[in-house]
Amino acid sequence: MNILNLFVIIPVLTVIAIVFTKDFKGARVAAAVGMSLQLLTAIILVFSYFAQRKAGITGDFLYLSDYTWFKTLNIHYTVGVDSIAVWMLLLASIVVFAGIFASWQVEYLAREFFISLILLATGVFGFFISLDLFTMFLFYELAVIPMYLLIGIWGSGPKEYSAMKLTLMLMGGSALLIVGLLGLYFYSSAAGPVTFSLLELSKISFPIAMQRFFFPFLFVGFGILGALFPLHTWSPDGHSSAPTAVSMLHAGVLMKLGGYGCLRVAMFLLPDAAQEMAWIFLILTTISVVYGAFGAIWQKDLKYINAYSSVSHCGLVLFALLMMNKTSMDGAVLQMISHGLMTALFFALIGMIYGRTHTRNIDQMGGLMAVVPFLGVAYVIAGLASLGLPGLSGFVAEMTIFFGSFQHPDTFHRVATIIATSSIVITAVYILRVVGKLLLGQVREKEYLEFPDAKWYERISLVVLIVPIAMIGFYPSFLSSTVMVALNPIVERLTAML
Amino acid sequence: MDIASFSLMRNELILVGIVLILLIAEIFTKKENKHKIITLGTVLFGVATLINFLPLAEGMLFGGSFQTTRMTMFMKSVLNLGVFIVFLQSVTWLKREENNEKISEFFILIISTLIGMNFMISSGDFLMMYIGIELATIPMAALAAFEKYSEKSAEAGIKLILTSALSSGILLYGLSFIYGTTGSIYFADCVVNINNNPLQTFGFVFFVAGMAFKISLVPFHLWTADVYEGAPINVTSYLSVVSKGAAAFTFMIILYRVFGSITKVWEPLLYTLAVATMTIGNLFALRQNNLKRFMAFSSIAQAGFILLGIMQGGELGMTTVVYFMLIYVFTNLAAFGVISAISEFSGKEEITDYNSLYKTNPKLSLILLLALFSLAGIPPVAGFFSKFFLFAAAGAKGYYILILIAVLNATVSLYYYLRVVKAMLIDHSDTPIATFKTPWPMRISLLICVAGIFVIGFASAIYEYISSISFGIN
Repeated sequence: MNILNLFVIIPVLTVIAIVFTKDFKGARVAAAVGMSLQLLTAIILVFSYFAQRKAGITGDFLYLSDYTWFKTLNIHYTVGVDSIAVWMLLLASIVVFAGIFASWQVEYLAREFFISLILLATGVFGFFISLDLFTMFLFYELAVIPMYLLIGIWGSGPKEYSAMKLTLMLMGGSALLIVGLLGLYFYSSAAGPVTFSLLELSKISFPIAMQRFFFPFLFVGFGILGALFPLHTWSPDGHSSAPTAVSMLHAGVLMKLGGYGCLRVAMFLLPDAAQEMAWIFLILTTISVVYGAFGAIWQKDLKYINAYSSVSHCGLVLFALLMMNKTSMDGAVLQMISHGLMTALFFALIGMIYGRTHTRNIDQMGGLMAVVPFLGVAYVIAGLASLGLPGLSGFVAEMTIFFGSFQHPDTFHRVATIIATSSIVITAVYILRVVGKLLLGQVREKEYLEFPDAKWYERISLVVLIVPIAMIGFYPSFLSSTVMVALNPIVERLTAML
Repeated sequence: MDIASFSLMRNELILVGIVLILLIAEIFTKKENKHKIITLGTVLFGVATLINFLPLAEGMLFGGSFQTTRMTMFMKSVLNLGVFIVFLQSVTWLKREENNEKISEFFILIISTLIGMNFMISSGDFLMMYIGIELATIPMAALAAFEKYSEKSAEAGIKLILTSALSSGILLYGLSFIYGTTGSIYFADCVVNINNNPLQTFGFVFFVAGMAFKISLVPFHLWTADVYEGAPINVTSYLSVVSKGAAAFTFMIILYRVFGSITKVWEPLLYTLAVATMTIGNLFALRQNNLKRFMAFSSIAQAGFILLGIMQGGELGMTTVVYFMLIYVFTNLAAFGVISAISEFSGKEEITDYNSLYKTNPKLSLILLLALFSLAGIPPVAGFFSKFFLFAAAGAKGYYILILIAVLNATVSLYYYLRVVKAMLIDHSDTPIATFKTPWPMRISLLICVAGIFVIGFASAIYEYISSISFGIN
């Protein structure tokens, strides 16, 4: 059997197992076991994928398998992965795994919580393995809707408002996607029977008028999930109201669906329009990058700070994709992975700190490093990765992006790059400010002295996230070069038009 | 014509038989045994539903007035399924003291309207169609006014009969022009004489308006909410699913069969109706607090989506519409089943009454949640597939702007469906509806519905079967 099917089967079995558990302890154990298996599968997939590549197996996608689903509509269930998808699957598995341990103490309706969380994960996994746009879209929507319940029921603050806002904006995005996908579907009739197959569609060059009409639908549709300015407003509210694991999963993985979709569907399939309209979206993403960073400076709530910082970093992903050369796009994928890990780390830490101090307002906290050193050090690592310290993943990704985007000789791209680069400085400002106020200085309250340091499950959650951040930081070339290989067909198709 | 060819009317004849049996049973049943008629009626109808799934030859009766094809058979089966589920859901309500005298009435009236709908679908001429419509409508008014001591129910009855009379008048007026310009009421003879003659177009517009009343398309929807609210809840669910489905099927068949050559005339008409229906239906649903009214506007909005499929005019269009209706039967009846069970137990029908329902009645809440998600078109439940395919049907025509309007409307609809979800799962209540055990017929009906909601989407064989028996404009 195709190993990729496990990425749908394991979560579904886990959900069924959780249904039969009795209490919150059973539920979390079932979830942890299921997602550990999932992580194991992802690691096996990575090794076997690159073993096959090393053995010289070519082809853009491996582990291809194809089942006809709706015959008259030519809808298939097609799976297959290239190295980008493999890395994204590993990222998602890591974050979900860490998320389960970060929400170890959820007791209120715990079974429902873990079921929703794993349904969300199913959507994410399914999205990355799909090569048929119909099933891809199905999984995409499946990932969005549990968010409503997760934020609405287990969230904090104005949770009903945030949950509704997030759901409606993302569903609005998928509304645009439906139009775009159907456009691709029916215009594919020029080259045979209509199809949703990504492989078939990528062989067709669509007429330019059609591309101009449908590209904005697809790009904005996915872009909303990738926090494209000015449609990012769901993100700060949603992330700050969501429970810890959901923020982790959402900022860490779900927002990557947006970037991945823009790359794999919008830009790959409609390259002419992408070339033509890139400048509009480039301006918007540049604003995202800088605006998100400035937004983070002004916030006092830890989660808001990180949510705005996510807007900035995810903006950078789209920014790099739109630069449309190999180096910058490579950087974009690196940034997706790097940001996925470090933002999940951030949100996990924020959840743990909040669980102790019961506030997220940085003005009311201080001196935590002295009482909870493990959490403190982890926070500093996440912060340094975020502001791009060499040796951690953030540096590799951002460096590659800016290096690539400055390769453009024209003024427009260079100015945009320079403006976007300024975000590094601003990021340093808000990260260091938080680290200073939150961790250093005098211990603020007496009761802080009784805080326990990270428990075992918290340590597991943090370590699985920190290790890959450091690994990418120290040895980026393997990741970077494998991604580069997978980008080849995309870049070729994009530049063939020039 | 030999006796064997009467088997083409198999479903109708069986239904008439059931009505007669029930009438006789009513006479010979003692007062204290009346509730046994419920079992009799439901079981007989269940058997009839099963029988209709058996294959049958295609053909025509009465010189083409009555047509049986595999498609009409399937459509009738969809309606039968809906009615069977409604019967199961009505059991507790019918066992009430005040309904004891009227049990057989309920069955006979519903089955009569169903016979009317069967004739509508199978009709081969306008006269047969009209008789079918009347047979499907007039007993319906009696059903709406079933709770005769309730003012609202009586009001619903009179509203339904008056609007139906008006719409029938409009329909007949239109048909008379079509008869005048084509010289025939037979579909087969009409087709050749359909052209862009202004008088004919005039008549056609009236025909569309008359049918729009039946399907409750905006701006002909004003009766819907009041009737849905006033009528007993099981009648409402019947109205919103089966009655609407039958009208939509008939409308589609006649458009394809008779008016296939003037698509240029009806496409802009349906386009406008679809946009208006989806938008207005959704906007009004946003502010409803009574669940029956809420479902009324939601079903208006859903009717707008059906038009997307009808407009396509080909096999794809017919397939998607029938597929949508099949899923809609299960989905809407699941929602109505839960609402009915709760209303039966506590008499509560407001959205705010459902606060904290998940804590006291988790299973019912989950079923309602699934049904609402299916109505909103969220995967993995069946509603996602049926909606997506309807959009695809519109896409085949190149109506991308219409799709955009439709999907944005679907997003709006998600808001109000989520309102109910929010009430059940998130909002807190000090006095939630107490935990109760649903009676077993209701359980069976909900089980059927949930199975349908889960299975029909994934089981592509059902879609393929519908596709194989569909026809389009040729």
